[in-house]
Amino acid sequence: MRVELDEPKCVAAGQCVMASPEVFDQREEDGVAILLEERPGDELLDGVREAVAVCPAAALRLVEE
Amino acid sequence: MADTLTGCPAHAGAPVPAYPMPRAEACPLAPPPAVEPLRAEQPITKVRIWNGGTPWLITRHADQRALLTDPRVSNDDCEPGFPHVNAHRAQIAPHTPKLITNTDAPEHTRLRRTVNGPFLVKRIEAMRPAIQKMVDGMIDDMLAGPNPADLLTALALPVPSLVIAELLGVPYKGHAFFQRNAGLALDNSLSADEATAASRALGQYIDTLFREKLENPDDAVLSEMAGRVKAGEMEHAEAVNMGVAMLIAGHETTATMISLGTLALLQHPEQLAVLRDTEDPKVIGNAVDELLRYLSILQTGVRRVALEDIEIGGLTIRAGEGMIFDVQAANWDPEAFPEAERLDLGRPARQHQAFGYGPHQCLGQNLARLELQVVYGTLYRRIPTLQLAARVDELEFDHTGTTYGVHSLPVTW
Ligand code: HEM
Ligand code: SF4
Repeated sequence: MRVELDEPKCVAAGQCVMASPEVFDQREEDGVAILLEERPGDELLDGVREAVAVCPAAALRLVEE
Repeated sequence: MADTLTGCPAHAGAPVPAYPMPRAEACPLAPPPAVEPLRAEQPITKVRIWNGGTPWLITRHADQRALLTDPRVSNDDCEPGFPHVNAHRAQIAPHTPKLITNTDAPEHTRLRRTVNGPFLVKRIEAMRPAIQKMVDGMIDDMLAGPNPADLLTALALPVPSLVIAELLGVPYKGHAFFQRNAGLALDNSLSADEATAASRALGQYIDTLFREKLENPDDAVLSEMAGRVKAGEMEHAEAVNMGVAMLIAGHETTATMISLGTLALLQHPEQLAVLRDTEDPKVIGNAVDELLRYLSILQTGVRRVALEDIEIGGLTIRAGEGMIFDVQAANWDPEAFPEAERLDLGRPARQHQAFGYGPHQCLGQNLARLELQVVYGTLYRRIPTLQLAARVDELEFDHTGTTYGVHSLPVTW
């Protein structure tokens, strides 16, 4: 599974970081999301799914490869 | 289907209901009873607001998510069909500079990224020890003071006031002034001129402070914005308006969540026990989101206007028509939250819309969550015998504010 971040949409609310700090971080200067793990392991997928569901800007997707 | 709808005697000629709708006196924490049948039968329907306008009321969780992330749905409050919350907001709209609160992508995205720094998850989390110490101190003072006490003045108001003053770099000694004016600016029962005077007074206050910070910066948010103004990344008026917006938005909302949250828990002692008996941050974190969902304190809805025709649920929202997203209706939608009327601190609650949804979702949400985690995680453990010192029907609720609330909450222990 691969995580996709549509960066221009991101409003830097940090909800992904709250849901899954292992996979997401925020840029210091403006808070825009950073992907730490593009292909997170299975143990992280619950957190990633929650991040996708709570992202207010619909900027995240989890895609099957 | 459209034909049968217009032909249906229950809907044809039915008067357009007024919005906001009254709550039932017997259930002061539940949504207005008229909302439920609307969500079930007419989830997208017209309502009448203060100026006679008839925007659409959107009550389902899924419809709100779809529309609030739709680029045809705008927050431009100078559009003629924009359903303003009150006369004050309509009056100031044409005089307000472009801010995160009245722009759409891509401008909104750019502006929001310039004010977002202080609200980064890590920077907010770094405030936890200081907020914990502050809350511990206030509870010490409360326990040492008269019993019963008013939870509003002892804890609910001073916590967000001190925190937002600290974050912005506003001296706390001004708190009586900014608490009062922040309350007035959001009171929909006042005349437009009274509310405008209150927000103007706050504007002048922040403007003076801001000019001081341009000369002598500290490490708080006003100074950070002063730095951006100097670097040409932000306009002076924009920075001052953002400062005022944060001062207003950060106050009553969080204060109300502390007071009404405590009231809700005192009415559900088995749920209060969950918080009293835990120090697990996961449990406390979820409890905060469930209380945000259950109370959904924004009682005037999120407001938007359609820029193009939008087909949804077999209807067409026409370009230029207004929309109101009732967040409590969505947060009590049984399709999103089974048995939504039950306060259940253990349920999955993170997808609530108490902070709105879409790109304008609350800028201060991580700060509000932190303050509430500290308060809910401390108050009931420190005072396990806490109880109400009045009957619920003696409490005075605030039905005219942008957010719901209670004027005082007498408690004893
Ligand atoms: C429990 C407390 C809070 C609640 C329930 C709440 C609720 C909301 C809601 C529903 C919105 C969306 C409005 C819209 O979409 O039009 C919003 C936006 C906003 N909130 Fe909050 N809020 C809270 C605390 C705070 C705090 C502590 C701050 C600031 C320090 C804050 C600052 C803002 C700002 C600046 C916006 C505008 C964001 C934008 O338009 O991009 N809020 N809030
Ligand atoms: S939750 Fe969405 S909008 Fe917020 S920082 Fe993450 S990707 Fe960006």
